[in-house]
This record gives sequence, C-alpha cells and structure tokens, in this order.
Amino acid sequence: MLEIFKKRKAEPVQPAVQPGHPDCPIIELKNLRKVYQVPGGEVVALNGINLSIEKGQIYGIIGMSGAGKSTLIRCINKLDAPTEGQVLINGKNLLAMDKKELLKTRRRVAMIFQQFNLLMQKNVARNVRYPLEIAGVDEEQADKRVMELLKIVGLEEKAKAYPAQLSGGQKQRVAIARALASDPEVLLCDEATSALDPMTTQSILALLQKINQEMGITVVLITHEMAVIRQICEKVAILDGGNLVEEGSVDDVFMHTKSAAGRRLFGILPEQEETPVQSALRIVFDANAASQPMISKLIKDMDVDVNILSADIHQLNGKTYGQMMIGRPDDPVEVKRIMDYLRNAGLTVEEVHAS
Amino acid sequence: MNWAELIPDLMEALKITLIMTFSSSLIAYLIGLPLGVLLVVTRKDGIMPAPTFNTILGVVINFLRSIPFIIMLALLFPVTRAVVGIAVGETKAIIFPLVISAFPYVARMVEGSLDEVDHGIIEASQSMGSTNWQIISKVMLPEAVPSLINGAAISITTILAYTAMASAAGGGGLGTMAIVDGLNIRNYDVMYAASLLLVALVQIITVLGSGLTRRLDHKKR
Repeated sequence: MLEIFKKRKAEPVQPAVQPGHPDCPIIELKNLRKVYQVPGGEVVALNGINLSIEKGQIYGIIGMSGAGKSTLIRCINKLDAPTEGQVLINGKNLLAMDKKELLKTRRRVAMIFQQFNLLMQKNVARNVRYPLEIAGVDEEQADKRVMELLKIVGLEEKAKAYPAQLSGGQKQRVAIARALASDPEVLLCDEATSALDPMTTQSILALLQKINQEMGITVVLITHEMAVIRQICEKVAILDGGNLVEEGSVDDVFMHTKSAAGRRLFGILPEQEETPVQSALRIVFDANAASQPMISKLIKDMDVDVNILSADIHQLNGKTYGQMMIGRPDDPVEVKRIMDYLRNAGLTVEEVHAS
Repeated sequence: MNWAELIPDLMEALKITLIMTFSSSLIAYLIGLPLGVLLVVTRKDGIMPAPTFNTILGVVINFLRSIPFIIMLALLFPVTRAVVGIAVGETKAIIFPLVISAFPYVARMVEGSLDEVDHGIIEASQSMGSTNWQIISKVMLPEAVPSLINGAAISITTILAYTAMASAAGGGGLGTMAIVDGLNIRNYDVMYAASLLLVALVQIITVLGSGLTRRLDHKKR
C-alpha cells in the first residue's frame, strides 16, 4: 500500500487511465479490507489488498485455508461487502453502485463455485437458461443460446438430465455454461476444482483455458493447489493471513519466491514448518538449463560428490522448470565452488540452512 | 343401525369437512406462504435483512400459534361476527377462525421448507445478477417445491383435525357428526363411522402428499 502511495507521488503528471479505456485494468482492488465482527473481537480477513487484473488474463490467487482468498474473490462481485477500500470493475467502483447497476455489473462478472450450486429441481437446459430468463431474453433465442453453450462445454446430450444425475465434473461444466450465458467479461472461479478428482480437474482447467483463449474472458481463480496455478495461470498472487505477500507472473513468482507462504505452497518448505535434517543447496532450473544434464556435468567438472535430497520437475506454461535440493558440503570453499559453477551455468542457487 | 341410511349423512358430512378443510387451507396458504417467505428473507443473513421486522413477525406468529384452536374459536366470536356476518351455525363461520389458527402454522411450515434450500444456490443466483424477487420466485420457491408439497400435506391434515372441533361453533362435518350424532347420544356406530372416515382422509392426504413429493423431487436420483 505504501508503495502505491509513493508511486503516485513520484509520478503526478502521468494521467490516470480513464474508466472504460482499453488499457484500464478490468479488475482493480484498492486497499481492500474486510473485517468480521465476532464475539469478543474482530477477525481481519483481508488487510489492505491492492491488486490489478488485466483484460484477458488468467489470474490465480493462492493461499492456504484461512488466508482470506475466498473472501477476496467474493468481494469482486460483492457477495461479501468489503469493510473498506474499492473494487473497480472496468474502472467503475462496484461499492458505489446503486442496486440496479450492481445487478447489471454482476451479469458481466460471472462466478462458478466449489459446490457447483446448480438448481437441483431444474434440468441442465433450464439451469443454463436461468441467466437468460432473468435478463428477459425471449424464449426461442434463449433456447438456441442454451444449446450453443452446452455444446461449448460438451454436454448437449445431457440437456434434459437433472443435476443429481450428473458427475461432479459434469455439474461444473453445467455451471460454466450457465456462467457464460450472460456473456460475461470475467469469470470468477471460487475453488472450482477443489471438489473434483485430479483427472476431472485437468479437464475443467482445460475448459477454462479454452474459454479464456477463444472467448477472451478474463479468468480469476482462487485455489489452494499449486498445480492449478502452474497449469493455467499467467499471473499469481499469494495471500497469507489476509495480506498479499507476493504477486507477479507465475514464472517469476515460482522462480524467485520470497515469502514463507509462497515457499510452503510451492512445496519448497513443508506445509508445517519443521527443522531440516541437514543444510542444503536449493537449485532452481529454468527452461534452458533443465534440458542439460547439469548435475552430471557438475560432478564431472568439479569432481564433487552430490547427494540429492529431493528433486521436483514441473511443466509450467509449456516450459520445464524444476528445483532440486542437494546436500551442502561442510567446507565453505567447496560450497562456494559449487554455487559459482551452477550460477555460471545460469541457475539460481541458494543455501537452505538447517536451523 | 341401518348403514344404508347412514351413508347419505356421512357423505354430506364428508362434503362439509372437505369444503371446510380445503377452503381454509387455501386461504391459510394465501396468507401463510408470503409470511413464511418474509420470515426467511428478512433474517439477518437473509437476502433482504430486516432483523427487527423479522423478530416482531416471529413473535406475532408464535403468539397466534400457541392459542389452542378451541379457545381461538371462542375468542374470535365477535371478530368472526364482524367479518363474516355470523359467528356460529354455518360453515363459513368456522372457516374464518380456521384460517386465523392455521396461517401462522403454515407460515412456519413454509419457513422450514425454504430453509432447506442450499444457501449456495441462492448465492449463485445473486452472483448472476438476480433481483430479490427473482431469487424468491425463480429460485427459492421452485427449489423448495417438493418440501412445500410435503409441508402442505401436513398442514392440511392439521387443519382437518381442527375441523373436528367445529361442532363447538355449530358447524357441521364429520367431527360434528361423530360428537353430536354419535358420542353425545351414545350412537357409537355413527361415532366410529365418522371417525374412521376422518382417519381414512388423513391417510389419503398423507399418501398423496408424500407420493407427489417423491415424484416432483429431482434432487435424489
């Protein structure tokens, strides 16, 4: 928050981007605070969040349970009303809107949920038609649109089925079709894959990516699973205890994660803080280095023994990333030699101390 | 006892009982259904929060519900006379107190049914930009239909039981027949016949209610 304040002061002449301008972020949160009153005090769920999401992005917000991520995404369409701050949708403050404008805006900012939240007494087609019904679209046109939407999510043949007859993945597809019915600019995903098995999660994420790419819909998703972020997000924000602790492109944040919360989420630190058995060197591979047999080269060129403690290689946005923990030699000279060698090869290396 | 002679009387009494039960149920729902909706939506965490109104409405409904029907009947004599024009002796004179006794009960039944609707579904409809009226009419009520039908069957049988006390206000029907033409003159066959018919009615309404509930509910498959 202070940073933004400083930045504003430093560049007073730069004109603000006008609402509705193409360069205007589609979603902007300014000093967003949410405080819940509980018996015997208050709970700060969000503690001054500043963040901006550009049009067409897939933006992931990750945090452990209780980090405030659900509250955060629910503030973006005012399902939860923030205590302080601003939510700007295309530059217009959601919190200052009258009822009518809020409802209109909500139709442009669709949402899907962990528990799908389908109308259980209505069949699939009627579920998808609901947003069209409340918007007053005429029946014939609405029915046509419903079939188009079901085709997009691959469920045309389930039009007459009821939600209770569908699998979790199918239910989420119906929910996505329903969310798309109002022709939104933004799709908010509140732990949309958390109730699904890994296979189904993959297919739902692929569908979200397709929607983002083909329809240009900005996707904002919250999750506690790093795999979800890695698979489809371009940008990520890490939330911890109501604070935004890291933000940036997924590549950057993954490669240079600074916060404890980020490290736990990336699996660099165990979720529960524990004392490492021995001191180690963390080696982060980037897309180029991973294609070379770096460890093998290290052993041969430097004539050292390498004790691999753990290794983890991932595909991220089509590139290969990885990190490896190797045992740290006791001799500081030896440590420096290894670190220099690896750094010269373009890798990021750091010492992780046993405490 | 000549059963053939009894049947026309039984049928006449049955007709009056059915008219009393269903017309007062209908009117009780016309009043109780909106009140039940109000009880749910005006709660602190409802879609149209009005906690003070909610509390007052709840107290009034509890007050009306706690008065036994037979007392309500007597208490309401002057009001009934003013509203209906006659306090005793006619079917319409019994319908008014029946409605007054039944609508608070109905309101609570409706409240219970609407409560069963998953809050997530209501939030989803809010997120789609529904107005409060659309949430009530297109989400809450349709989602609660199976439960509402089941509740209606219970409400109707309760109101049916109330009608058995109609004799206290000179009304007719199966209850009056069992008491006045049966119990009071020790004509036990008439008492049993009329009572059995009441039992059968309750059974039929209950079976129809739960059958319809099952048929309409798409939640469990």
